[in-house]
Amino acid sequence: MAFLDVKGIFKRFGKTEVLKGIDLSMEKGEVLAIIGSSGSGKTTLLRCMNFLETPDAGTITLDGEELYDASAKYTDNEIREKRLHFGLVFQSFNLFPQYTVLKNVCLAPELMRINQSKTKLSRPEKAKIKRDIEDNARSILASVGLSDKLMNYPCELSGGQQQRVAIARALAMNPAILCFDEPTSALDPELTGEVLRVIKELKDAGRTMILVTHEMGFARSAADKVIFMADGIIEEYGTPEEVFGNPSSDKTKTFLEKSLENIN
Amino acid sequence: MSFLEVTAQLANGFLTTLLIFGVTLVGAIPLGLLITLGSMSKIPPVKWIFKVFVWIIRGTPLMLQIILVFYGPGLMGLGVKFDRLLAVILAFIINYACYFSEIYRGGIESIPKGQYEAGQVLGMTKSQIFFKVVLFQVIKRIVPPMGNEIITLVKDTSLARVIAVVELVKAAETIVSLKSLIWPLFYVGAFYLLFTGIVTILLNFAEKKLNYYQG
Repeated sequence: MAFLDVKGIFKRFGKTEVLKGIDLSMEKGEVLAIIGSSGSGKTTLLRCMNFLETPDAGTITLDGEELYDASAKYTDNEIREKRLHFGLVFQSFNLFPQYTVLKNVCLAPELMRINQSKTKLSRPEKAKIKRDIEDNARSILASVGLSDKLMNYPCELSGGQQQRVAIARALAMNPAILCFDEPTSALDPELTGEVLRVIKELKDAGRTMILVTHEMGFARSAADKVIFMADGIIEEYGTPEEVFGNPSSDKTKTFLEKSLENIN
Repeated sequence: MSFLEVTAQLANGFLTTLLIFGVTLVGAIPLGLLITLGSMSKIPPVKWIFKVFVWIIRGTPLMLQIILVFYGPGLMGLGVKFDRLLAVILAFIINYACYFSEIYRGGIESIPKGQYEAGQVLGMTKSQIFFKVVLFQVIKRIVPPMGNEIITLVKDTSLARVIAVVELVKAAETIVSLKSLIWPLFYVGAFYLLFTGIVTILLNFAEKKLNYYQG
């Protein structure tokens, strides 16, 4: 059984059927890129895996544990805990503007380990947990090259720096799979490189990642597997060489030709 | 009547004005939040009850509401009768809570969905997202419109005289009509200007404090 198994995902918004039966699986340490034109359902698929949308049908199984089955009912709390298996980096960063960079990264771990703690913590215990979380946050922020921005507010950073903070914030929760929803689409071209470099480093460190992207070159070089989505189904799946080099479906061919045209 | 005697009488009225102002704020700020939650409820009947209530309160004169709260219970045979000042304060709290609730609602709805989603994917509970992520951003956004309402409240306190509560304007009017003096009216104006001036300075200070970040 694969590390992540997604089976038969359907999702409709009102009358529009956005996902029409998605099956995919990936192994630990793999990077999966999802490409496709706008409206093909790739972002919705990612949001389903992060439980920001509820699939109408299908199952999601991670590491042998069934996380989601559309025929079952889950409480808010159960969904919240399942969500922690996945991290999500948004196109528009969504940093918390009122907090410093360091606090942005520390906030969620603190809330989870101190405020949601099931046992009553003493003051020194709380202080120790806080210190641990902060040390961890500092080292993650150092790894994305932001050691000198710890006390800055998001509005003082460039888009690329903000997105790297968002990546650090997601990493601080140590998710099993880190998802990216078009992480460079809101960035100026000269800033995309620094974000892609961080993602590449995460791949080299063995992170399991799912990457929805319009950066064809990056998908080709960084991904282990590529999915091309069109009209709510997986039109093509394979290694980057197969999908980019020798696509079998006409839709994929047309899409890739258009994407490459834009580059030239 | 000497300047000092007038000052003493006006100061007395001013205390009542200050009391109405202060208690209204303390009561209406949290009550407004409750009304906001009601009017944003996902349960349609609850939502509509609150929306209709806000419509009625904002759609009728505060003066009418003061009169109704004071005379209403007795005339309807409910067996309770409010003290004049209490009736004024109750009417003010309800009225201002409705205005505040709409300001809060606007503030809450102006926070981008992405802020909630970021909290969700990081495993925060609904209340953590509200209190740790959203609330502060809402407060920053609503300070200017709240300031407007609060300054209006300073002057609205003069409506209390409609049921013979002696606040600042009523105190001055008594002097003017009994002693045939005109200057106490200008003197009262100075009281209000000083009061709103101080409130304005405090609000500007709050706005500056909250302006340490953009967005």
